[in-house]
Amino acid sequence: MNSLNRKLLRDLWRIKGQAVAIGAVIAVGVLMLVMMTGLVTSLDETRRTYYERYRLADVFVPVNRAPEHRITDLAAIPGVSSAEGRVVGSALIDLPGRDLPLQAQAVSLPDFGTPRLNDIYLTDGRRLESGNANEILLLKSFAAANGLRPGDSLSVTMNGKRRSLRIVGLAQAPEFLYTTAPGELITDDAGFGVIWMSRTALAAAYDMEGAFNEALLSVGLDARLPAVLDAADRILESYGGLGAYGREDQTSNRFVSEEIDGLRASSTSVPPIFLAVAAFLLYIVISRLVESEREQIGLIKAFGYTDFEVGSHYFKLIIAIAAGGAAAGCLFGIAAGRAMIHLYLEYYKFPFLIFQLDPASFVTGFLVSVGAASAGGLLVLRRVFALTPASAMRPPAPPDYSRTGRFGQALNFVLDQPSRMVLRRLTRQPGRMIGAMIGIAAGMALSVAMIGIMAGFDQTVEQTFTVIDRSDVTVTFNEAVSNKAVFELQRIPGVIEVEPIRIVPVIFRHGLQSHRGAVNGLVPLPRLNRAVDSELATIHLRKGGIILAQALADILAIYPGELLTVEVREGRRPIISIPVAGVAETLLGSPAFIEMEVLNRALHEPNRISGAYLRIDSMMEGKIYRTLKDMPTVAGVSVKNNARAALQKQMDTGAGMMRFVMAAIAGVITFGIIYNAARIAYAERARDLASLRVIGFTKGEVAFVLLGELVVITIVALPVGSLIGYYLSFAIAAGFSSDLYQIPAIFSPESYGAAALAVIAATIISGWLVKHDMDRADLVSALKTRE
Amino acid sequence: MKMDVSTKEIIVQDQPLKKSSPAFTTKALTKTYGEGAAAVHALRGVDLEIPSGEMVVLLGPSGSGKSTLLNIIGGLDRASEGTVFFQDQELSDMTDEQLTRYRRDHVGFVFQFYNLMPSLTAHENVELVTEIASDPMDPEEALGLVGLRDRADHFPSQLSGGEQQRVAIARAVAKQPTVLFCDEPTGALDSITGRTVLQVLKDINENLGATVLIVTHAAATADMADRVIHFADGAIREIVVNKTKLDPEDIKW
Ligand SMILES: Nc1ncnc2c1ncn2[C@@H]1O[C@H](COP(=O)(O)OP(=O)(O)OP(=O)(O)O)[C@@H](O)[C@H]1O
Ligand SMILES: [Mg+2]
Repeated sequence: MNSLNRKLLRDLWRIKGQAVAIGAVIAVGVLMLVMMTGLVTSLDETRRTYYERYRLADVFVPVNRAPEHRITDLAAIPGVSSAEGRVVGSALIDLPGRDLPLQAQAVSLPDFGTPRLNDIYLTDGRRLESGNANEILLLKSFAAANGLRPGDSLSVTMNGKRRSLRIVGLAQAPEFLYTTAPGELITDDAGFGVIWMSRTALAAAYDMEGAFNEALLSVGLDARLPAVLDAADRILESYGGLGAYGREDQTSNRFVSEEIDGLRASSTSVPPIFLAVAAFLLYIVISRLVESEREQIGLIKAFGYTDFEVGSHYFKLIIAIAAGGAAAGCLFGIAAGRAMIHLYLEYYKFPFLIFQLDPASFVTGFLVSVGAASAGGLLVLRRVFALTPASAMRPPAPPDYSRTGRFGQALNFVLDQPSRMVLRRLTRQPGRMIGAMIGIAAGMALSVAMIGIMAGFDQTVEQTFTVIDRSDVTVTFNEAVSNKAVFELQRIPGVIEVEPIRIVPVIFRHGLQSHRGAVNGLVPLPRLNRAVDSELATIHLRKGGIILAQALADILAIYPGELLTVEVREGRRPIISIPVAGVAETLLGSPAFIEMEVLNRALHEPNRISGAYLRIDSMMEGKIYRTLKDMPTVAGVSVKNNARAALQKQMDTGAGMMRFVMAAIAGVITFGIIYNAARIAYAERARDLASLRVIGFTKGEVAFVLLGELVVITIVALPVGSLIGYYLSFAIAAGFSSDLYQIPAIFSPESYGAAALAVIAATIISGWLVKHDMDRADLVSALKTRE
Repeated sequence: MKMDVSTKEIIVQDQPLKKSSPAFTTKALTKTYGEGAAAVHALRGVDLEIPSGEMVVLLGPSGSGKSTLLNIIGGLDRASEGTVFFQDQELSDMTDEQLTRYRRDHVGFVFQFYNLMPSLTAHENVELVTEIASDPMDPEEALGLVGLRDRADHFPSQLSGGEQQRVAIARAVAKQPTVLFCDEPTGALDSITGRTVLQVLKDINENLGATVLIVTHAAATADMADRVIHFADGAIREIVVNKTKLDPEDIKW
């Protein structure tokens, strides 16, 4: 090994503490990138494989009742590779000890063999045996949440008839990764079940002998989906076809996609921000590190080493730190990704895991780290190379303090000597001080933004459940019923207020954009569930206008005043053309609001409602639920507090879980930045400070000279960081928002206060650590060698 | 400064001794640091010829520009005006790369401040130079010359000031340079070690034919030189050519 390389190793060893601190900051930046992109690719890949192995259909065609033989016609559509009919129906599960019935979907499985499409994955027990009409398989997560096991029997109401069924096995299926009761946005394992039954038995229960009410199609790679959908609709039109839709509109897949897309969005928007902050720090720290080597650079050059040789020597040092950090980041990123993916698997109910990494993230991580570090090194080296060796070797001219002259004299009366030293250094080396300040400000900004995001998530829950939805209970009817039901509900003792709603499934179309969703028909002056504007004031529905959630308006690229086409997918399936009257601030889902009257008139179904919001007396809760359970028209009852808890859980375990990891990483980066700032300041001044000690300054005074600088920089960095953080929080909030829920960027004094406290705490700890080293420093050796 | 006239020949600046071809020739060399009112004129027009293979001592008060001159002809710094030739190459005309080449191939330097690499041992400090030299001596041998063979594995922080200085000298001679510049090489040394070091420089000068330029405050050192340049205020005051040189042993310390 040549002596330059030996110098390199020893230098690295000498600055190991700082090298690790720098490396750690870049490492967590890279870690986050690798982990998140790894998660997204893994989830994508796992989902794809799961769908493929269990043959999830590409097209779903709901229909009222179509004879079995029409399946061959569907299979003959060009592009369709296989088709299967099945029977599905909604059911209510009555669990002992539960006041409310639970909603469920019943799905048929072929009497013999496995289904061609939409297979299931059996987790416990056995498959159905043909000929036994009372056997069922139950969705695993629902069973687990309700403590049900194979062998248990279940009281189920199907098509109005109550029967007792026996659970023989538990299963999962790719079409039920994410289960919600119809019209609900929030998944609740305990609240919605799936029952698989043999085709014959289920057909008998729903009067579907010799018929199907849902067709499943798979298509070849070259099939044109819209053409297939059209053809399927035409074939089933006369049987009450409800509109074929592709996999992308299938509820479970749509939710999972949106979750993964949300994660993907935050993985592409947030890690770059973190990485940029880390890279910026790396840039600053490396440039100061190389700067402190200036005299040695001059010396090596004096011996006749070429710029290239000197440059590559320092480049190796830089690479060692940056690439070391990036490599550590990759390794920990893989480990963290592996750990996290298990949590996600549980959340998405994937039966197996395919862990995949995105090699591009490694490349990016390395390039950014090495690039930032090299840029920092190169900047200084170029400057040093421009000097003659003689001037590089000369200790850098003591900064010119003469200009503080008069100013300084005035201060002599006010400040003691150490304070003046702090002040002079701050004013005489503004470049360095600004660099350090921006570094700390970046840390502050990250903290502000991440703490703000936490508040944003809370606000989403809060606003959704206390401002927008002020009801306690939502009742859903089997089908649209007469509004007389309102009076029925009002008569229940303990029900304080009832507000009806009519929800119909629709397809929105505007220009080339379309979206499958639902329209909420509201009463003219809603009180319990309202559309609110950005000031959270009720938006009044005006006759003949529709109000869209901001997220929906964005999807459809439509603005107030423009005409929207609404294709209703129910009843006589009218197509309504209606102007957008306003945009509502909703943080959950992407609803649309219209006056119920308008909807019913278009449907030619006056005075129909499909559900109602209730405000109730919580003392009478149990009794009210039991009454609702006995009402034959009631399909489901959702209790707001449960929904709220479920949403909280969904955000804490789904894509939103990442916010905790990110906040932790923001903390590490912030601390790393501040600690590095303190360490560099110390490294640069070790000799000066030792001289001060020698001429009689106390340890405390010397520490003051060094740390006073850090404190001043930190104090300046706080407001600057707050300002950057304010803008950063918009970017991060956008990264966390998905179609499922929007996370607002919140300006709350608390998050700024908390972030400032975190930065100050990091400053105190870093200061303490550096002071600890300073107190232990050997004065003589600090003075003896010129570094 | 009192000198024994009988052993010296005093000559005027522009009449160099025609002993051999010059190693260095400078013309109207000036160096100004800073500008305006704060400008420092470190060199104010230096015309000098240093014959190849000579041992030259540069004497002068502190701040008179000795180091500055050494730096310029050693290729570490550039003059503000004037020309410098090394043999027949014009240093003042060279690119940075050419100057690097010049230092690498020809120059040994002992700096006024010892300037060792703190993270390298004595041996490695010497090696740092021998590694890129075309015909170096063994680092051990070089350290042996300055009596530090047994301290080869010590780091600068474990060496005394004088020992550090000797390592710096070993480092400069180890590459067997064509020209050797020593800026106060014996400043921190006692008489015995000082003499040893001067002996090393003399050997380099005599055995390798290296041109040696020594800046010193110890006027007695001048007695071992071929030529003594008296420097004051950024200019040459006088040049003395010694008819006879003393051996370092015999120098009054
Ligand atoms: N980088 C610089 N900037 C400004 N002035 C300088 C610089 N380097 C040297 N000087 C000035 O140039 C003059 C000559 O300096 P030089 O170092 O050559 O003196 P010297 O003869 O070597 O002195 P000493 O015997 O003290 O080492 C001095 O007045 C010095 O202050
Ligand atoms: Mg000098």
